[in-house]
Amino acid sequence: MRKGVAMAEVELRNLTRRYGATVALNDVSMVIPDGAFVVLLGPTGAGKTTTLRLIAGLDRPDGGDIRVAGRSVLGDTPAQRDVAMVFQQYSLYPHLTVRDNLAFPLKSPILRTPPDEIRRKVDEVAQVLQIAHKLDNKATALSGGEMQRVSIGRALVRRPNIYLMDEPLSSLDAKLRSDLRVELKRIQAGLGATLLYVTHDQIEAMTMATHVGVLDAGRLVQFGTPREIYEDPVSVYVAQRLGLPRINVLPADLFAGAPSRAATIGLRPEHIVQGEGATSTVTRIERLGDQTRLHLSLRGHPVVTVADAHTPLKPGDELPIRPENPLFFDSAGARV
Amino acid sequence: MSGYSVTEPSPRQKWIAGALVIGYAVITILPLVWILITGFKSPSDSISYPPKVFFEPTLEGYVNLFTTRTRVSPETLESLPPPETWYDEIVRRNDLVIAGPSRYGERFLNSIVIGFGSTFLSIFLGTLAAYAFSRFKVPLKDDLLFFILSTRMMPPIAVAIPIFLMFRQLGLSDTHLGMILLYTAVNISLAVWLLKGFIDEIPLEYEEAALIDGYTRFQAFYKVVLPQAATGIASTAIFCLIFAWNEYAFAVLLTSGTAQTAPPFIPTIIGVGGQDWPAVAAGATLFLLPVMVFTILLRKHLLRGITFGAVRK
Repeated sequence: MRKGVAMAEVELRNLTRRYGATVALNDVSMVIPDGAFVVLLGPTGAGKTTTLRLIAGLDRPDGGDIRVAGRSVLGDTPAQRDVAMVFQQYSLYPHLTVRDNLAFPLKSPILRTPPDEIRRKVDEVAQVLQIAHKLDNKATALSGGEMQRVSIGRALVRRPNIYLMDEPLSSLDAKLRSDLRVELKRIQAGLGATLLYVTHDQIEAMTMATHVGVLDAGRLVQFGTPREIYEDPVSVYVAQRLGLPRINVLPADLFAGAPSRAATIGLRPEHIVQGEGATSTVTRIERLGDQTRLHLSLRGHPVVTVADAHTPLKPGDELPIRPENPLFFDSAGARV
Repeated sequence: MSGYSVTEPSPRQKWIAGALVIGYAVITILPLVWILITGFKSPSDSISYPPKVFFEPTLEGYVNLFTTRTRVSPETLESLPPPETWYDEIVRRNDLVIAGPSRYGERFLNSIVIGFGSTFLSIFLGTLAAYAFSRFKVPLKDDLLFFILSTRMMPPIAVAIPIFLMFRQLGLSDTHLGMILLYTAVNISLAVWLLKGFIDEIPLEYEEAALIDGYTRFQAFYKVVLPQAATGIASTAIFCLIFAWNEYAFAVLLTSGTAQTAPPFIPTIIGVGGQDWPAVAAGATLFLLPVMVFTILLRKHLLRGITFGAVRK
């Protein structure tokens, strides 16, 4: 056991949650190892937030079990489960100042932190999140990004079994977002804390996660390291969750050499070799500074790839391309 | 600011709006001003025609309100030692002496106890009920809410006789507790409905955050919901207090000796020694003060409460 942090392997067993006729979470099983940083990926409605709410105890599952450190917590209240959560909609207490918002969990009947320790912890967290100058403001007198940071801070003042974060960096500007990405990862690694994190952001998923879980309409379709998810996706759906620009999905017969069962071929931008193979036409060029995106047309199918930042190509030029290490999927979308 | 603005009214529009508001305020406040000045008139000034706007102010009305007086013969009056206090002096000018205090103070205190007591109880029960209706799955919720509202679908006095009999059976007639319970019963439907509306507006997420921050449901209610419902509670409290404070018919019917409130008492002044309008006006003026003070204290909340939901940050 590390100092200050309880062992907290979190296990979800066959977790199911229905809201009326819709199944928000369908038979999801997952082991979140102690000290892991698990990112949940999936479009809106895939069940990411539902998973967090079930673990937090804000919702009850219709079936299945949640075990923390080997013990079922289904009968526990949220307070007893000792989780910290960062809500997507911030949920700051509007009648309190920023300082009181941050101190609120520390003052709870469970923690009963002494006042000088509260002040120390609040100041420390405010420093990390760059909101120290706003401590005496009312929570409602903040910008969206500041509210989001206070909301993260309200979780970070505690040392819970598990941190649950629902798109915690979504409202921040790019600079702050990359600062806090590094900071969050540093804090998590430093504490050895277990963290379950929902995001749409590919960079956050790839750089922070030790594990990624991909949800599709309430089902966990793949769980693995970010690298596994990226390089070895089980389906075209998973492959589309990561990668920027997104993976190109084309009919398999566009290129020779596809396996017989393959219906589509998935080409990540870096899986396209330029200068040989089938001829495509450049339709559009996006210069991003560090790289340039090429929008190509290959026999009527749009293809996106990346090129050198200073490429001389221009719209209308012809460019031969060839797939390398492509992914093949069958007609149902599963990997071949 | 200069130039044309879509949202900023022009100076002329402001003048017109201001004049309308002031005009309306003058019309509504005139009866109150009349009561206020009548309280300081002598009985003859108070009934003079045409009405006197300028007069010599006297505290006779207030003295009469708080005292009972007996008429004595001029000889007896002569034989008495000189008046000790200013109010003795006022009374003796009319060939009277003070026989003792009137019951106005007592009635006023009853009004305070019953008015604020029932307001507190209505708000206490109303807040808890409204929270439950707003947050929990209550079986037959809509029917229950409709039932609660239906208690206000007829004038409460329509059930005066059953209530009178019930109170007699239960020994609640002419008791403070009885009146507090009665006014609470009338106010509770208003309180539940108003407060439910206010609590519905408070997003559930705050309580969820508090639950996760280590608080129990009740602590979350107390520490997070109540402070945010303060606006609604204040405006509801004012409505409840105004009803309980001004209620006349039940007070006449159910109280006489110990628990009588001020409203049924004030008209009885008329019957004692002629039509003493200054004393009636003095009683009414003092009677207005507590509600006025209460409303002014909560004014900020009340204004926000009325516009609640229309403009919300």
